[in-house]
Amino acid sequence: MAEQDRRRRMEETKKQWEEGSLKKVLNRFPERNKVFVTGSNTEVNRLYDPFDLIDFDYIDELNFPGEYPYTRGVQPTMYRGRLWTMRQYAGFGDAEESNKRYQYLLKNGQTGLSIAFDLPTQIGYDSDHSMSHGEVGKVGVAIDSLEDMETLFNNIPLDKVSTSMTINAPAAVLLAMYIAIAEKQGISSSELNGTIQNDILKEYIARGTYIFPPVPSMRLITDIFDYCSKELPKWNTISISGYHIREAGATAIQEIAFTLANGIAYVDAAAKKGLDIDTFAPRLSFFFNAHNDLFEEVAKFRAARRIWAKIMKERFDAKDPKSMMLRFHTQTAGCTLTAQQPDNNVVRVAIQALAAVLGGTQSLHTNSRDEALSLPSQKSVRIALRTQQIIAYESGVAETIDPMAGSYYLESMTKKIEQGAMDYINKIDQLGGSPKAIEKGFIQREIQNSAYQYQKDIEEKKRIVVGVNQFQSEEEPMKDLLKVNPEIEKRQTEKLNKMKKKRNEAKVQKELKLLRKTALSKQNIMPSILNCVKCYATLGEICDELRSVFGEYRESLKI
Amino acid sequence: MKNSIIRVLVAKPGLDGHDRGAKVVARALRDAGMEVIYTGLRQTPEQIVETAIQEDVNVIGLSILSGAHMHLFPKLMKLLKEREAIDIIVMAGGIIPGEDIVELKKIGIKEIFTPGTDTNRIIEFIKENVKVVR
Repeated sequence: MAEQDRRRRMEETKKQWEEGSLKKVLNRFPERNKVFVTGSNTEVNRLYDPFDLIDFDYIDELNFPGEYPYTRGVQPTMYRGRLWTMRQYAGFGDAEESNKRYQYLLKNGQTGLSIAFDLPTQIGYDSDHSMSHGEVGKVGVAIDSLEDMETLFNNIPLDKVSTSMTINAPAAVLLAMYIAIAEKQGISSSELNGTIQNDILKEYIARGTYIFPPVPSMRLITDIFDYCSKELPKWNTISISGYHIREAGATAIQEIAFTLANGIAYVDAAAKKGLDIDTFAPRLSFFFNAHNDLFEEVAKFRAARRIWAKIMKERFDAKDPKSMMLRFHTQTAGCTLTAQQPDNNVVRVAIQALAAVLGGTQSLHTNSRDEALSLPSQKSVRIALRTQQIIAYESGVAETIDPMAGSYYLESMTKKIEQGAMDYINKIDQLGGSPKAIEKGFIQREIQNSAYQYQKDIEEKKRIVVGVNQFQSEEEPMKDLLKVNPEIEKRQTEKLNKMKKKRNEAKVQKELKLLRKTALSKQNIMPSILNCVKCYATLGEICDELRSVFGEYRESLKI
Repeated sequence: MKNSIIRVLVAKPGLDGHDRGAKVVARALRDAGMEVIYTGLRQTPEQIVETAIQEDVNVIGLSILSGAHMHLFPKLMKLLKEREAIDIIVMAGGIIPGEDIVELKKIGIKEIFTPGTDTNRIIEFIKENVKVVR
């Protein structure tokens, strides 16, 4: 009875407000826009109130932290127990230089490493390949063989750190190298902690470092799932990434929809291979972007957790709660950084990092202010890390769990994003799953349309970007930009040649032949790759052998 | 004799996979009435020059965000000279530091558009610089 009375009173009061003071003000001062939208063009109402959450069921939709559907977070104490991992993506030049940087970071209290590889490594070319010219050591560290990997992790005890490697098409090779150096350090593979990105579907969609066609690529991935479930139980076998999808222009809804659709494809592929869902699913992890629209982004992270939990439970019949928990890394949005007035980017990164933390991220990379101009300088990297520390230690947002929960706006937006993403996931199911939707160009087209719309909105000033299409000012060019040593390529090639003269060539050729045989068979490919890297077969040689069996992917182009 | 419609090759040299900018620019130029050919990823300077000549384009637009521009762009300009195709206007965009822009303009790259550029500016630039027989 009291409930009904309260409701009636609320309805009456709202009506009075709408027809009274609101109307009066609107008549005298029209609002700034006819329609208000989020950063991703989702419509936003003037006001959210209890009427938006009339059917809201706390237990079904949120529940308590660490409980299904994990909307409020995957752990019962969240950041009160342990803060998120501050994991800055780094790596440049050769293995020696990068090793120095990692040792410095570890000495300063960082516990997680995040390895950036150069593009030749990511695409399976050695440093002396003709396609590698000009790219060696540029966007990350160059790795040609186990020898470089030994240098990279020199004096870094692999049982004490967790290592995240941004490597996809040749992920199996880099993982094998990591296992091999652990062995040399006397550490069992079962103790290894870390992540490989290993997400090929988003490479076809958005990031571009593919090598092989989809079918053999999916086989490599599920071979890794299988191998790691037995040999590396603590390893995150994949980081299913929306980050690059968003960078390519997707909206917040598209980011999680396409990422989770890819997740479904990996689970399907592993299930088809006969793997038990609860043996591999707890090791799946995710990687998202954080943009400027604070509430929309927080809602996005919460919606992603809720959707994935439901998919794993209802669609795949997972039993282990860990299989249903969406754990994720976040990086702030590179594409929002402006080349104009670059210091303003510090503020953008702070808002984005705040969104990630309010959204319950497990780890976070904050971008540097100068990244629209070049690779970040040391000073800019430090400001980016300090931004995370200020949020962690000064803002107070980490002291209670999911502090924005219950906000009429946030919960409405979380629901809206969930619905929008589910519509896309259903559409992709109808197309036959995400690999088919990629083949048909559906996902790429949706992203391109969003990217183009965004650009037009800026040019028509429907969307303001401070310093770019409004509030411009004359400025001095930024100084102290990072330069990668141009000698790296020569040095790396010389090292490679020297190494090739030292190794047992007959053994290398024998192992490569065996790898070929395994690739042609249905056997798990990991042990073969491990044997190849141990006798110092190079990354390029291993990938070439696989190229000759699997073929190479070519994108079909439509603008 | 050239066609009356401006033809542009939008190209991604090197191993860089960031193609958002290239695709947005390609579409904007097409919407502005130009004929646009997009190469896709991982093009060598040789491939780009070959395509540009084969397709008889007026303009090459290079997009790169990997930092390999100081290696790839001079190579491409040299090849254009060798093939006697320096009448093709070359422009570029991406993450290119200011001091490199100065160097690249010296070797004949006509304009470099950094992040945040309005596509209308690129369209105007092309229209001003391409002399098409009408």
